[in-house]
Amino acid sequence: MNLELTAWLVLIFPLLGTVLIGLGWRAMPGRTAGYLGTAAIAASFVSAVLTLLALNREDEHHRQITSVAWDYAHTVGVDAQMSILIDPISVLMILVVSGVSTLIHLYSISYMGGDEGYARFFAYLNFFVFSMLLLVLAGNFVLLIVGWAFVGAASYLLISYWYRRTTATRAGIKAFVINVLGDVGLYLGTLFVLQGTGSVDFLTVFERVDESFSVNDPNLVAGCLMILVGAFAKSAQVPLHTWLPDAMEGPTPVSALIHAATMVTAGVYLIARMHPLFEQAPIAADIGAILGCATLFIAATIGLVVTDIKRIIAYSTMSQIGYMIMAVCSAAYSAGLFHLMTHAFFKALLFMAAGSLIAAMAGVQDLNRTSGFRKAMPFTFGCFVVGGLALSGVPPFSGFFSKDEILALVAARGDWHIILVVVAYLASLMTAIYTFRLIFRAFFGDASPEARELEHGHLFHAEEHRNPLSGELEDTEIGFPGPEHHIAEREGTMKIAMGTLAVLATIGGLLQIPTVTHILHDFLHPAFEESRFYDSLEPTTGEIFVGLAIGAALAVIGIFIAYMLWARDTGRKLDFHERFAGIHNVLSHKWYFDELIDAVIVRPFAWFGRFARNTFERLVINGLFVGGTSGVIRAGSAAVRGVQSGYLRYYTGLLLLGVTGLVFYFLVA
Amino acid sequence: MDITWYLVVSACVFSIGMAGVLTRRNPLTVLLCIELMLNAGNLALIAFARAHGNQDGHVFALIVMVVAACEVAVGLGLIVAIYRRKLPIDVDELRELQG
Repeated sequence: MNLELTAWLVLIFPLLGTVLIGLGWRAMPGRTAGYLGTAAIAASFVSAVLTLLALNREDEHHRQITSVAWDYAHTVGVDAQMSILIDPISVLMILVVSGVSTLIHLYSISYMGGDEGYARFFAYLNFFVFSMLLLVLAGNFVLLIVGWAFVGAASYLLISYWYRRTTATRAGIKAFVINVLGDVGLYLGTLFVLQGTGSVDFLTVFERVDESFSVNDPNLVAGCLMILVGAFAKSAQVPLHTWLPDAMEGPTPVSALIHAATMVTAGVYLIARMHPLFEQAPIAADIGAILGCATLFIAATIGLVVTDIKRIIAYSTMSQIGYMIMAVCSAAYSAGLFHLMTHAFFKALLFMAAGSLIAAMAGVQDLNRTSGFRKAMPFTFGCFVVGGLALSGVPPFSGFFSKDEILALVAARGDWHIILVVVAYLASLMTAIYTFRLIFRAFFGDASPEARELEHGHLFHAEEHRNPLSGELEDTEIGFPGPEHHIAEREGTMKIAMGTLAVLATIGGLLQIPTVTHILHDFLHPAFEESRFYDSLEPTTGEIFVGLAIGAALAVIGIFIAYMLWARDTGRKLDFHERFAGIHNVLSHKWYFDELIDAVIVRPFAWFGRFARNTFERLVINGLFVGGTSGVIRAGSAAVRGVQSGYLRYYTGLLLLGVTGLVFYFLVA
Repeated sequence: MDITWYLVVSACVFSIGMAGVLTRRNPLTVLLCIELMLNAGNLALIAFARAHGNQDGHVFALIVMVVAACEVAVGLGLIVAIYRRKLPIDVDELRELQG
């Protein structure tokens, strides 16, 4: 099939799904909406595969194809077209996005089964997939911004999906506000680029960037920093990360799809896509790499102490995206995108398994109350372990190859990049610890009442439903989570989705085994032909194997530490808590980022708002503008009213005066 | 032909009418005075037409008469209606329609 046609079809199917479900949900009984939504995304995935096949048939040097549907806006200085760019990066992204989305839709068919807003959920989810595909396929900055804002809106809708939960709506607003900050950053960055190169089309911009800007041109650095603001807000990197843990208020499939596998990696995609700009502005790239490194460390430390199951995985997501951001900012593009792909597999898997676990706990997601589910939920346990091993980077799971490739390539940049690598290795040790802390605590130890009930074949059902965060009592009608829960052990579609991802998380790394295979690297090569680092940045074989050995050793050590602390001898853990009470306090307050943002931004603005309301609003707006305008109009109308005396003779006199005046005027003139 | 005197007569009649409209309070008289003003206009129109040997002025005068007839019909109708409702026949008293 035609390459361009299939690429457009990738976009059209999810849009069609959204519209169909959104408008026709009344006519859809039972789980029809779920199957329809899944089918739309599956069709999109098939189109993506066809696009991949068609792209591979193209000549090696002509694998960047811009397909224009129509002119979007053609006006002074801006030539925005409705165009998509089909190249190895975007094809990789559409494959990952539509593939993982299909599986998560499949999972949601059963998982969301008891919810009152079933069709609404799938309409939102399809809309999200459409937006995300638009974002990665966009062929120019204008369409990119459109997709960028759409995914933010979809994320907002899905975080506050249970719209009668106050915590959920608040989290949705927080996510939306921070994302809009990122949108503004991306927009300003685009303006800098447009001013310098005179175009918004990606390929044109990339061609012109070398001649339009000198290396580290202040305008380009400013533009790239603005683009970084966009990427950091979307990808939850320090200091714009605080929305992601709160976003866990959404249903678990949403966390799996949006806040782990796809949307939050948009920042990584953006930087990889903009690599010609960042290579021309190395200062901005370095800042990005350092902040990415800071994020991966900070998030890993917080992950050690959080006790909310979903939030632990959320912090690990932040941490893993930190690795990717560090990679793409250090010119390790294929490694960053490779990790993006493997991370999408194992993190979606982890979230799905966590969803199943939370369902078995009837909505409770506190790690302190969850334990001993190993026997009750063998399938979920298996998936959790596979995901955990991949996340920790134990060979031969996928995360092992992708993470270590990043670290080897960053180390090959030399200089101060070595420091980043050391920090990242430290964080990878912590990754193994917190991942297996979660597994050991949730699946080992004494079985909690819910687990014991499940062992006897009865799924625990809560008498009263409470908000897991605030403890508020909730009903199970629309706008709140439904009364029923579904676990993977009993639902075929959930099993298929998780099983597929478990296989992918296990073997995904085979695409890029160091010194053996480099399928992904070769596949992405056409998109990075003009890159200064893509081919030259190559660690020696010795370095690679040292890196792999360290990575594997750290993962195993981490798992061992977790085993010692949380599985074998829990007394030692309490001892730890007391000895490091200070650090524990800082970490469980998430490094006080929320408090810091509150003190630096929210409070001053709130104070300024109050000040403005009490003085500016009262005196200038109410007094001058509103009062002044109404005063003028009142005075004018009073004058006009005065003339309307009702005396006929008076009117006649005025008429006479007027006519006489006119006559005199014309006579004189 | 010298039209000066025609115009003087016309102006005088117009001024008389004008003064009547401005000073009288009986609507009937006001209506009559308006008629005077209209006919003063007619006189001027016909005088100019004669002076220029052009028939357009006559046509205008005829149209003005038609309009005047209509106006008198409406005006008298109103006055009769006012009389029937026992309202004062005085233009100064009839000023409810002011803004």
